[in-house]
Amino acid sequence: MNRFAELLNRLAYEPARNAKLRLIADYFRSTPDPERGWALAALTGALSFPHAKAGLIRSLIAERTDPVLFELSYDYVGDLSETVALMWPPSPSLLAAERGGAGSGGDAPTSTTESCLSTAIPHPSSQGEGELSLTTVVETLSTLGKAQLPKQLARWLDALDETGRWALIKLVTGGLRIGVSARLAKTAAAALSGTDAHDIELLWPGLKPPYIDLFAWLEGRAEKPASDDPAAFRPAMLAHALEETDLAELQPSDFMAEWKWDGIRVQAVSARRDRDMITRLYSRTGEDISKSFPDLLDALHLPGAVDGELLIMRGGRVQSFNVLQQRLNRKTVTPKLIAEFPAHLRAYDLLADGAEDLRERPFAERRTRLESFVAQLDDEHIDLSPLVSFATWDELIAARKDPAAAGAGEDATAVEGIMLKRRDSLYLPGRPKGPWWKWKRDPFIIDAVLMYAQRGHGKRSSYYSDYTFGVWTRGDNGEELVPVGKAYFGFTDEELLQIDRFVRRNTTERFGPVREVVHEAARGLVLEVAFEGLQRSTRHKSGLAMRFPRINRLRWDKPPSEADRLELLQSMVTKIEQGLAS
Amino acid sequence: MRPEDILVPTPAGVCCKIGGFHIDPTRPVARALITHAHSDHARAGHGAVLATAETLDLMRLRYGENFAGTTQAAAYGKRIDLGGVTVTFHPAGHVLGSAQIAVAANGLRVVASGDYKNVPDPTCAPFELVPCDVFITEATFALPVFRHGDPDGEIAKLMGSVALFPERAHLVGAYSLGKAQRVIALLRKAGYGAPIYLHGAMEKITRYYESRGFALGELRVVRGASKAELAGTITICPPSALNDLWTRRFPEPLAAFASGWMRVRARARQQGVSLPLVISDHADWNDLTATIAATGAGEIWVTHGQEDALVHWCGTRGLKARPLDIVGYGDEDDAGEQDGGAEE
Repeated sequence: MNRFAELLNRLAYEPARNAKLRLIADYFRSTPDPERGWALAALTGALSFPHAKAGLIRSLIAERTDPVLFELSYDYVGDLSETVALMWPPSPSLLAAERGGAGSGGDAPTSTTESCLSTAIPHPSSQGEGELSLTTVVETLSTLGKAQLPKQLARWLDALDETGRWALIKLVTGGLRIGVSARLAKTAAAALSGTDAHDIELLWPGLKPPYIDLFAWLEGRAEKPASDDPAAFRPAMLAHALEETDLAELQPSDFMAEWKWDGIRVQAVSARRDRDMITRLYSRTGEDISKSFPDLLDALHLPGAVDGELLIMRGGRVQSFNVLQQRLNRKTVTPKLIAEFPAHLRAYDLLADGAEDLRERPFAERRTRLESFVAQLDDEHIDLSPLVSFATWDELIAARKDPAAAGAGEDATAVEGIMLKRRDSLYLPGRPKGPWWKWKRDPFIIDAVLMYAQRGHGKRSSYYSDYTFGVWTRGDNGEELVPVGKAYFGFTDEELLQIDRFVRRNTTERFGPVREVVHEAARGLVLEVAFEGLQRSTRHKSGLAMRFPRINRLRWDKPPSEADRLELLQSMVTKIEQGLAS
Repeated sequence: MRPEDILVPTPAGVCCKIGGFHIDPTRPVARALITHAHSDHARAGHGAVLATAETLDLMRLRYGENFAGTTQAAAYGKRIDLGGVTVTFHPAGHVLGSAQIAVAANGLRVVASGDYKNVPDPTCAPFELVPCDVFITEATFALPVFRHGDPDGEIAKLMGSVALFPERAHLVGAYSLGKAQRVIALLRKAGYGAPIYLHGAMEKITRYYESRGFALGELRVVRGASKAELAGTITICPPSALNDLWTRRFPEPLAAFASGWMRVRARARQQGVSLPLVISDHADWNDLTATIAATGAGEIWVTHGQEDALVHWCGTRGLKARPLDIVGYGDEDDAGEQDGGAEE
């Protein structure tokens, strides 16, 4: 448990993805089975302990500490698991051992109060034999009744050090929240053999914690675990980005076009095993996200594999990505959430029809099969992504400019561009160049003023690389800037240096890692900001939220007074809502 | 006689009217007794200064030869009569030269402990328990969540990280007086034999420690070292330098910070620290409460930090306790050293 705890601890502080990978891979390499397998399960969210709740932890600490001191501490630390882990009193047996020997140096007064545990005490883990393993925790909790849980947890908390206690509480109450996705954990496991996380995703549905066979294969000690999963993920086919100038090289008659919807690309797979129907929803990378969308699973009642876009549909209208986000990354999906944000699948492609694999068939044929498949499903949660008809590139250019008029109608607000697919394209995994193109809508552009800058991480650790920018509006005290977004990419390395220098020389105030930068009518830095979408938002002071904002250009030439106004953004959002925007 | 007749708290620090002096005054006074050389306790510009020889040397290094009108060195344990009171200096275990100052008159003894810790530290004399009637204690880490643990374990963590990321430079933020030298000494004790690099702001004080007989192994200054040379090394720098332009000379710098605050995740994250090292020169909760009880004092005065919690704790133990509102003391890790960007 202590090694696992130390891993979580390091991961919680490490901002850089590559460093996180190294830490996890190093742990997998140096930790034996089944311990590392349970760790992988914990990191991928495959473990749950329904009886352990935050309330239980609260009552345990209430029995052990002075309530005033607990409240003062909790107020200071701000996190329940952490406060409890840090405050948990040393167990009586440890205290006895401490009194018996192993004193601290100097004239430490050692026998006065209950709290006089010397700071030089060795960690319980270093006392040999009885070290608690993650395996023991998992195995014990899987058989333990609710009534025995508080005593057992208390015994473990007594035996662990602070980091161990923190990790144990995080583990059992669910939600490690240390910035590690399941995908990242699998990528780290894949690094043991130099294979791709993708290969693990393909096997994943057939694997069970503690993943002994997976690690044996990764270390070259055994054959690849056989996947007998009939509802396995099929590696997704992705598109290259297209510029308008590329069109000259392409023949319109070779292609079919459809809208690129602004949701989440998913693969829905249904298959029969014996008499049961197995249905799964996968992300683009093959992560099983079925648990988050039970309302969609019921609709997939025919065997097959559909490639499509996950959207939220209300009153027959596709909702913005902002709305969809409310349903993502939820630990539990309540009936209320489902009713409020009903999931919908808009189908692009058919990879399997019944047991028949269609991936080697041309797209035009798959499309025909898809149309009849969706018709057969006949479910309100699933529909076809319509084709965009065109004979010349000019017609397609016009459709991209105005999706509402070109057939997308009211749903045009959820269109983020056009997909071009060769009629004869096979469904190939990865991102082959040529068969498929994505052609995103032009971004929106505004001029905004830099207001705050924050330091980045890793290679950017000393640079102010995250920028909050604002536009003008009339406030209580006349003209003022209101923040409308935050961007941390889009600029070159050279531009980063220039902005960083500007930030350091023009700081007006500091708040931890954040600096306020001069932003007056005549003094300040104007940033040309590009973004993909704009939504109303009650969470932001400006009432607006940008999608995918980035720094397009630095406008050293422009005084801040000439930057754009909030009213411009408000009229943009109104136009977008009416499906009229560029 | 009441304790207030010996020492009375004023906004500028505690004052002994009979003896005609202040202890760690936060503004210039005629006669100052200084517990230790950290800048919130030891300021320049007093008329006469009485402190340990090391504290006087360190003040001289920081403020120049003329930091006070006159100086007098106090040896640990030696009685000094000032006006109607007797003063003795006792090791506080905080940093080199740090002292608790005991002031006694008419059989009543008040101890102003300054900052202290009662754990082994290879770079200063160990804390000495001084029985007293009134104990003036700091409260920097006076919450039960602060238990500093074993510094050797933190050093092992640092060395493990260096082994795991041999292409990166590890920067360890450490206050330049005391913490920096303690970290170096702990690394050497743990068997770390490679050269340790120093930020320019660390140099003078660290060399002073060496001149006082502390063996710190091979030390190099960062200035002039190539980026490639710094891969896989450990550099000690002021905390404020961790986020400074200065870090750009290092290959993929990894920020570590040696401080008692590092026990609280939010504090580490706010400072962009990815390797927090809980190594503190202050007493933690256990150390504070155990020391208070051991002094036998019936009355406790609590200065700078989390006074509420410590005053509450004293109440539960039947001890009379009060917070002292003295403006100007801080914690050195929080102070944001002025010399942080010296090499920029």
